[in-house]
Amino acid sequence: MTHTAITDAVTVAPTGCAAMSAWLGIWTLTRREMVRFIRQRSRFVGALAQPIMFWVLFGAGLHGSFKAPDWATGEMSYQEYFFPGIAVLILMFTAIFSSISIIEDRHEGFLQGVLVSPLPRWGLVVGKLTGGTLLAILQATLFLLIGQVMAALNLAPTMSTTLGAVNGALMILFMALVAFGLTGLGFIMAWKLDSVQGFHAVMSVVLMPMWLLSGAFFPSGDSGFLAWVVRLNPLTYGVAGIRRLMYSGGGVLPVESVSSGLPALSLCLAATAVFTVLTLGGSILVSRQAVAQRSTRDSTRRK
Amino acid sequence: MAPNPAITVEDLSHHYGERAALDRVSCQIEAGSITGFLGPNGGGKTTLFSILSTLLPIQDGQVAAIGFDLRRQAGAYRQQIGVTFQTPALDRRLTVHENLIHQGHLYGLSGRSLSERIAELLTRFHVANRADDLVETLSGGLKRRVELAKCLLHDPQLLLLDEPSNGLDPGARHDLWQCLEELRGDRGTTIVVATHLMEEAERCDALSLLDAGQIVASGSPSELRGSIPGETISIVSDQPEELRRRIIEAVPVEVRRTGELLRIQQADCQGLLHDLVSRFSGEFKTISLGKATLEDVFLARTGHRLAGEES
Repeated sequence: MTHTAITDAVTVAPTGCAAMSAWLGIWTLTRREMVRFIRQRSRFVGALAQPIMFWVLFGAGLHGSFKAPDWATGEMSYQEYFFPGIAVLILMFTAIFSSISIIEDRHEGFLQGVLVSPLPRWGLVVGKLTGGTLLAILQATLFLLIGQVMAALNLAPTMSTTLGAVNGALMILFMALVAFGLTGLGFIMAWKLDSVQGFHAVMSVVLMPMWLLSGAFFPSGDSGFLAWVVRLNPLTYGVAGIRRLMYSGGGVLPVESVSSGLPALSLCLAATAVFTVLTLGGSILVSRQAVAQRSTRDSTRRK
Repeated sequence: MAPNPAITVEDLSHHYGERAALDRVSCQIEAGSITGFLGPNGGGKTTLFSILSTLLPIQDGQVAAIGFDLRRQAGAYRQQIGVTFQTPALDRRLTVHENLIHQGHLYGLSGRSLSERIAELLTRFHVANRADDLVETLSGGLKRRVELAKCLLHDPQLLLLDEPSNGLDPGARHDLWQCLEELRGDRGTTIVVATHLMEEAERCDALSLLDAGQIVASGSPSELRGSIPGETISIVSDQPEELRRRIIEAVPVEVRRTGELLRIQQADCQGLLHDLVSRFSGEFKTISLGKATLEDVFLARTGHRLAGEES
């Protein structure tokens, strides 16, 4: 090993270009999320196949008892109603599962390696969240396409969705915003949790109800206790936003329809943006706290 | 005191709730040396290590290292340190090469200079032929080498190693230490090792014995051993208390007991050894005579053994 080789290598990264280095670090963490995901094919199948099954089976099973909500101006099957809900379920599963990997990273020691590197904590958060978001929108977009194809092939009831290229791009951006917020929520929980089992507990108590009460699964009435829970649930605006964008070219849902329990697109955007900013801020805040470590806990346990 | 300290720790305390893991620790570490912190698990060395590696914040006290104040300049300090943990901090689903690429990016290295640096280190640690293998297919010893290559990528001034021999066979241990000694010699890297292994401690230039959150002794291994004069007879027995009582009745010596181990220290032990062997043969499992070891120093300073058995 020659002295010059090392000096060359190190002068590439003077501490002055901290911001540049941070973006390089963020990019590398994002890429790592993608590569890890691609190498675990079971995750891909789990995150996509299960929701498609839900969509087909629940759609067929609940079709008879479903009454279209007031805002629908035409015929609407349950499967059509459920379509954006499933897209959000995919966003949620993928986003949340990618943040669970924080727990795994910590157990394997990889996280500690990042924590002692010069990458600032916000860089760690943004890298992790971007990776999760990209995976989530990739799969949700795939589902939206598969759904349309299935409807076209008569494998699912016909849908009156009207999604052009421009609105499709808008849809992807909006889904990215939702996914970023959800990954942030997962990050906040995963940072403080000790085990993947603990995360599953939180998931069934917090995340599944959050999805069920977002208008994804059934339309909520206009009054009563449940209507308020739905109104206060940030995910409601994610589901409604995707629903509105799906019909942005017309269809069963008139563009100007604002009343009858379905929030306007502008409100959906604003509420989702606030949710995402809050979870991003929360993630950066918790990431500044010391992460629970196995070695430290071992020494604490032994008195 | 070190004439040219790389690290100065002053009155460092750290608490987990009520319990003090570090209790007003002060020490200096000489630049370009291999310095060890030797102590039982729970003695505070992992906490000290975590503070030096910036994983834990400083609660009370001051730490200055390689020209940085750890409270205020943690970011710039991190650029100059390499850290290995008890378990290798590698992503097992990625290849060796991918792990090193990510590490390089985290430290702001990229492009051709990064590739060259990776190739150079992999060759140096004899893992170049495994570059494209997934980390999960590597043995513990190989992982440790990759880990070391990883933390040397950015040519750190200070290397922090927590239990570096963890999971290594004797051959791999030997290689690791040879490599650390080379680094200190060729590059003048300051190396700090936290360990509970006597064998590892013996290879350090300077040692601090850490117990119950305090430094109980410091010096080079030979200085520390020299602080215990004379020789030591060690006896392992199934019924140590009974044997201890009988030895004291028979010969006028002080016998210390730690678990099943009895120890007698005095200037010249040879005559006594013969005496004990003929009188009590059959009542002990092993009996041995030796110069003081670091274990003896630890025992003398703390009253208990390194392995963690309380007396």
